[in-house]
Amino acid sequence: MRFDHRHLLGIEPLRPDEIVTILDLADQYVDLGRRRDKHARALAGLTQINMFFESSTRTQASFELAGKRLGADVMSMAMQASSIKKGETLIDTAMTLNAMHPDLLVVRHPQSGAADLLAQKVNCAVLNAGDGRHEHPTQALLDALTIRRAKGRLHRLSVAICGDIAHSRVARSNILLLHKMENRVRLVGPPTLMPSGIEEFGVEVFDDMEEGLRDVDVVMMLRLQRERMDGGFIPSEREYFHRYGLDAEKLAHASPEAIVMHPGPMNRGVEIDGTLADDINRSVIQDQVEMGVAVRMAAMDLLARNLRARPTEVMA
Amino acid sequence: MTRTLIANARLIDPEAGTDAPGALLIEAGRIAQVFDTPAPQVADATVVEAGGKCLAPGIVDIGVKVGEPGERHKESLGTAGQAAAAGGVTTLVTRPDTQPPIDTPEALEFIRRRANEAAPVNVLPMAALTKGFAGAEMTEIGFLLDAGAAAFTDCAHVVSDTKVLSRAMTYARSLGALVIGHPQDPGLSAGAVATSGKFASLRGLPSVSPMAERMGLDRDIALVEMTGARYHADQVTTARALPALERAKRNGFDVTAGISMHHLTLNELDVADYRTFFKLTPPLRSEEDRQQVVEALRSGLIDVIGSFHTPQDEESKRLPFEEAASGAVGLETMLPVLLRLYHADELDLPVLFRALALNPARRLGLESGRLARGAPADLVLFDPDKPLVLDRFKLRSKSKNTPFDGARLQGRVLGTWVAGTRVFDAAT
Repeated sequence: MRFDHRHLLGIEPLRPDEIVTILDLADQYVDLGRRRDKHARALAGLTQINMFFESSTRTQASFELAGKRLGADVMSMAMQASSIKKGETLIDTAMTLNAMHPDLLVVRHPQSGAADLLAQKVNCAVLNAGDGRHEHPTQALLDALTIRRAKGRLHRLSVAICGDIAHSRVARSNILLLHKMENRVRLVGPPTLMPSGIEEFGVEVFDDMEEGLRDVDVVMMLRLQRERMDGGFIPSEREYFHRYGLDAEKLAHASPEAIVMHPGPMNRGVEIDGTLADDINRSVIQDQVEMGVAVRMAAMDLLARNLRARPTEVMA
Repeated sequence: MTRTLIANARLIDPEAGTDAPGALLIEAGRIAQVFDTPAPQVADATVVEAGGKCLAPGIVDIGVKVGEPGERHKESLGTAGQAAAAGGVTTLVTRPDTQPPIDTPEALEFIRRRANEAAPVNVLPMAALTKGFAGAEMTEIGFLLDAGAAAFTDCAHVVSDTKVLSRAMTYARSLGALVIGHPQDPGLSAGAVATSGKFASLRGLPSVSPMAERMGLDRDIALVEMTGARYHADQVTTARALPALERAKRNGFDVTAGISMHHLTLNELDVADYRTFFKLTPPLRSEEDRQQVVEALRSGLIDVIGSFHTPQDEESKRLPFEEAASGAVGLETMLPVLLRLYHADELDLPVLFRALALNPARRLGLESGRLARGAPADLVLFDPDKPLVLDRFKLRSKSKNTPFDGARLQGRVLGTWVAGTRVFDAAT
């Protein structure tokens, strides 16, 4: 078992065996999370700081719970409310926190590359909890774990990722991960919501949803990122739902055993029909939330092992 | 009368397109004679032994940003001048996008006065085309010309109102003024920090299609056809825009084009993990684009290379990529960096100096840029082979934002002369 990374900044630098390592460990943490006593000691004595420059409920809660279950001292900071309002730069904020000797820094930031930038400047392990439109690696890992548990494998599956691909870091991380694990990836959505150069990603692109869903094993819906739209990508939400919203009728084109995923938070009635989202026979959306905690425990555990293996850096 | 003979040189003559041994005599600030023998007998001359190294006309660099007025902490005319001398740049053609902008004759006078005091090289200031770069009213083009404006440009602020631009170009034409445009469709390129494609998408950066450059160029060329203005596109960096340029030239329009040293030598992948020193305007392009613009430079379709020297302090670069300031310093690194193309057999030295010295001088109506009798003795002596590892903290510019920090380069400037006076000597 090998995982030779100091940070978890994206899926891009990970090897397939490293992805499997994380998922295998996460499976154990799923079991732990279902016990009455959920405590382990993998992060005991370590300090975890969550810096969220963008509001988030579920990801922040998930990281917080993951750290606490493993015994870390966890502090969550809502950054948009504090120092950046006073003009402090990202680097200065990071250096201030760095001086408090955290061991794990979980960062979410609206700018692509912000986590990479921080990782260059701090001594601790940095986990990217979503940077701009770039990557959201723990989301892709929790999706992978959900798929592996539901389908019994994480290869040779046909996965349709649907909706607002252009603005989605979740889509990027998932495309990279599913590719590394040798799955077929289809992207479904209006061409205005496809990123440029998509034809070089090794994916199949569909602008017709029924065609795009035909016989797929997994349907991954994305949230329509309304706050990221600088205008005019789609004519209206109702037209979008009509053409790209997932309902039972469109899902009927997928494989009968296909599972439905959504990273949340959902816009019910915009990209997904509410009844379908709640259908426990098709939707694994609640499982994704549970897997999220386990995957984050596994990722932080592995990074902490590497931290402990390194000689302590003496700081002046 | 002091006379200087630069003997035993390898003369790079962009006008004749030759690269041959010879010598050159300087007298009264001008080139008095060019010899095709390396060691001619000349009485009463101080001899500079070139040791077989290259002697070329000094670089005329169109589009240099100096921090004066407004941002002297980034670069002053003094430090820019020192950097230029060390880089073999003998004429700085400065950008007006300062704070405040150079959009009045008074502001232009300030630059000229400061340049005389501070800079060891020629400084020719350009002026804004519209007041405050607002794209609404043309500047006092006549007064500014009288005050010595070399050309008129709103730099990267594209004038989006074509009625305003057509009037400014018409007025400029009546005075014979050169208008320099930034070919980029302002709508498509709004907010973009990368070129559309797989790389930009993987990095999650807002990007612009290379087509935006072609649209900007097409528009500007149509306005040239309409107004008859003398027009130079500051940077043509994409393959898509080249046919439009080619057509305009074939139709006999007074159109020329430039390109930055960086777009000739780097591509978008060099940004790697969000390296902000590679954030440029326009953004770096694909490798295919780079190859095609190198070919366009070789064929003469692209006329001019500039450093587009843009000093930025560390603070403005130590930010997430989208928020970081754009631009790179280049005065001192331009020659060794461009020699990469020479060492890779992509360009020969006369072609390189055609774009670095001869063409920009001609475009601005200067006598320099040539190794010819009577031309100003603005010269650079350099060793094209000497290896160096670039250390950005050794640059003379106040700002150290070069994308070539740590790069292995070949080529070193040994000496620079401006109007016959030696302004840089690597030995001292």
